[in-house]
Amino acid sequence: MISRLLDWVDVRLGATHFVATSLRKAFPDHWSFMLGEINMYTFLVLLATGTFLAFFFDPNGAKTTYHGPYALLDGTTMSHAYASALKLSFEVNGGLLIRQVHHWAALIFVAGIIMHMGRVFFTGAFRKPREINWLIGLAMLMLAMFEGFAGYSMPDDLMSGTGLRIAVSILLSVPFVGAWASSLLAGGVFPDTEVMIPRLFVTHVYIIPAALATLMAMHLAILWRQKHTQFPGPGRTETNVVGSPLVPRYAAKSMGLLAAVVAICFALGAIVQINPVWDWGPYKPWEVMSPAQPDWYVGWLDGALRLGPPVAFHFFGHMIPSPFWMAVLLPLLLFILIAAWPWIEAAWTNDHRSHHLLDLPRAVPVRTSMGVAIMVFCLGLLLAGSGDVQARYVHEPITTITRFYQIFCLVAPIAAFFITYAFCVELRARRGVHEAPRVRLRRNAAGGYDEETIA
Amino acid sequence: MMIKDRVIAFSLIVAMLGAVLFIVAYATGGNRLFEGLAVAFAAAGLSGAAIGWAFWIFPDEQVVDERDVAVEGRSDAPVGSARDFEEIAQTEAALMTTTRRGVLTRMLYAALGLFGIAMVVPVRSFGPALGETIPFHTKWRKGSRMQREDGTFVKATDLNVDSFTTVFPEGAIGDEQSQTMLIRVQDGLAQSADGYLAYSKVCTHAGCPVALYRTDSKQMMCPCHQSVFDVVRDGKVVSGPADHALPRLPIEIAPDGYVVATGDFPEPVGPGFWNEDV
Repeated sequence: MISRLLDWVDVRLGATHFVATSLRKAFPDHWSFMLGEINMYTFLVLLATGTFLAFFFDPNGAKTTYHGPYALLDGTTMSHAYASALKLSFEVNGGLLIRQVHHWAALIFVAGIIMHMGRVFFTGAFRKPREINWLIGLAMLMLAMFEGFAGYSMPDDLMSGTGLRIAVSILLSVPFVGAWASSLLAGGVFPDTEVMIPRLFVTHVYIIPAALATLMAMHLAILWRQKHTQFPGPGRTETNVVGSPLVPRYAAKSMGLLAAVVAICFALGAIVQINPVWDWGPYKPWEVMSPAQPDWYVGWLDGALRLGPPVAFHFFGHMIPSPFWMAVLLPLLLFILIAAWPWIEAAWTNDHRSHHLLDLPRAVPVRTSMGVAIMVFCLGLLLAGSGDVQARYVHEPITTITRFYQIFCLVAPIAAFFITYAFCVELRARRGVHEAPRVRLRRNAAGGYDEETIA
Repeated sequence: MMIKDRVIAFSLIVAMLGAVLFIVAYATGGNRLFEGLAVAFAAAGLSGAAIGWAFWIFPDEQVVDERDVAVEGRSDAPVGSARDFEEIAQTEAALMTTTRRGVLTRMLYAALGLFGIAMVVPVRSFGPALGETIPFHTKWRKGSRMQREDGTFVKATDLNVDSFTTVFPEGAIGDEQSQTMLIRVQDGLAQSADGYLAYSKVCTHAGCPVALYRTDSKQMMCPCHQSVFDVVRDGKVVSGPADHALPRLPIEIAPDGYVVATGDFPEPVGPGFWNEDV
């Protein structure tokens, strides 16, 4: 049956060779190689749930009066967008579930990307010849952050409106073009939600998903072409890949992961409430919530804004206001550093060869320590983003919390660098002491045995 | 120049003129006929040049490709074969004929560049002109009474000491940049009108409403990034990331008992930006 179908296709497309090698394509068995697939599958969940939501959400910033089952807001003036989000949540069967699944899947999507990037970074999989996929992956991370922000900015509730207000202020802070850009994109120096919601909608449901899908296809095509990396081991060399064949074993594992991702997204959507927009109320530019936090993948930027120095730069009648340093310059430098890392490392180690065998994180202490330092820095920013909540729990003034994180973000990454470095060196040394080198015995023609050391 | 080159050059000039004409038509109000025809001319010029190039400049070659569909068991060549490199070299040689026509090539780049610019210019349609949106002034005027969100006016007897309310200039309820915090402190703590002090409610850091007021320290705090402003010291920044003070609205108590503004904010409200040094 399969072979007859293949014959039919092959006469028309000549794809037998490609299909045959693809069916038996080797997928390394290490669990960490499935982190990237979490993103592929949450993306599918996002597309499916997002399509459902798009049928009910009304991207219209014009005002209406709400009348519906949510009595607390009955008779309230609000935008059609917010009213449709309420209707979706309370009146559409399955609407609230799908909204929550969509939101949870978005949180997992970005988390998965970062975990996958971490695997690629700490094992050195980004090295030549995989720099292109490293850059594509980073581009997808940035797009995913924008996509998520655009998504939760659309319902026009008090939280989303406040977030948009801050985003426009950040755009406004860019030298030379800030005012023009916010004027063009936001309809003014103050965000006009009536202008922005339809634009966010087009961006969120069409432009960024199309870009993500395109980049994902490129990412996979390049992966297919270059084949997987692998950890060193018996029989594994720079010139081969050892693993399960795609069909049937790896495909079954991967489908298992897909189903597990769907299960987790739906379980979270069913059990754990997220972004109850009806609690926030409609956006009014003169109202705000306290405490107020964005979704986690934007939280580190919000934290950075909180920690920023209250310093504006004045010259010749122009100014660069304080949000620029932390919300524009800092992420820009961070992303440039991450993007350039494959070249930085190649130049520094003077290693311009191709690598298909991975490093254990301990094997390259400087890289590993650098990665940990960056993660600790970002974690500090993220935690600072909820400093006001922590202040309530520890009964300290918010200024103390902010000062703590300012010091943390300066000191902890450096400390983390040296601690990680020491751990790597120690772990590397231990392996030499406690583990005898592994050898393979091979019978030789003379009837004796030859020893062959395995890396 | 050969006659064929002149035809191509003429096409490129048409393309450039079309692009420029489009920009002019767009900038002068957007007549649908002129805009559309200008783009049509620009594209037609590029089309003519490309076709001229294909027929008259690039060599007239024929290549033969073997069909590999339906050939079973063909292995993928992992790297370029000698034949691949030969074909690439031939293509390069054919393309090089372009560079021997320096003037035409430069014109081609110019035409493509202008076309690109022309296609980006309509981004302008997205938003109002900058001058129309920069909020150097709010809606507060000399004598503006203060209206709460529910439409009631504020009289000097309305607020107790250490209470506050959000107010807008008369007739502009909900105007974002005019939103103001009216606070009453003990008379004598600061230069005030009967203890009344008014500050812009738009945070000078990232624009959130500065909605929290601490009665014990007489400080306003923005819940978004925790910038703290001193109410009895002209809205100066006490802590947090804000880089300048909250603008203070000049007010007085009118003879009829209403709290009124005696003018607009002395400086722009909200976060600072490039064009506005405050």
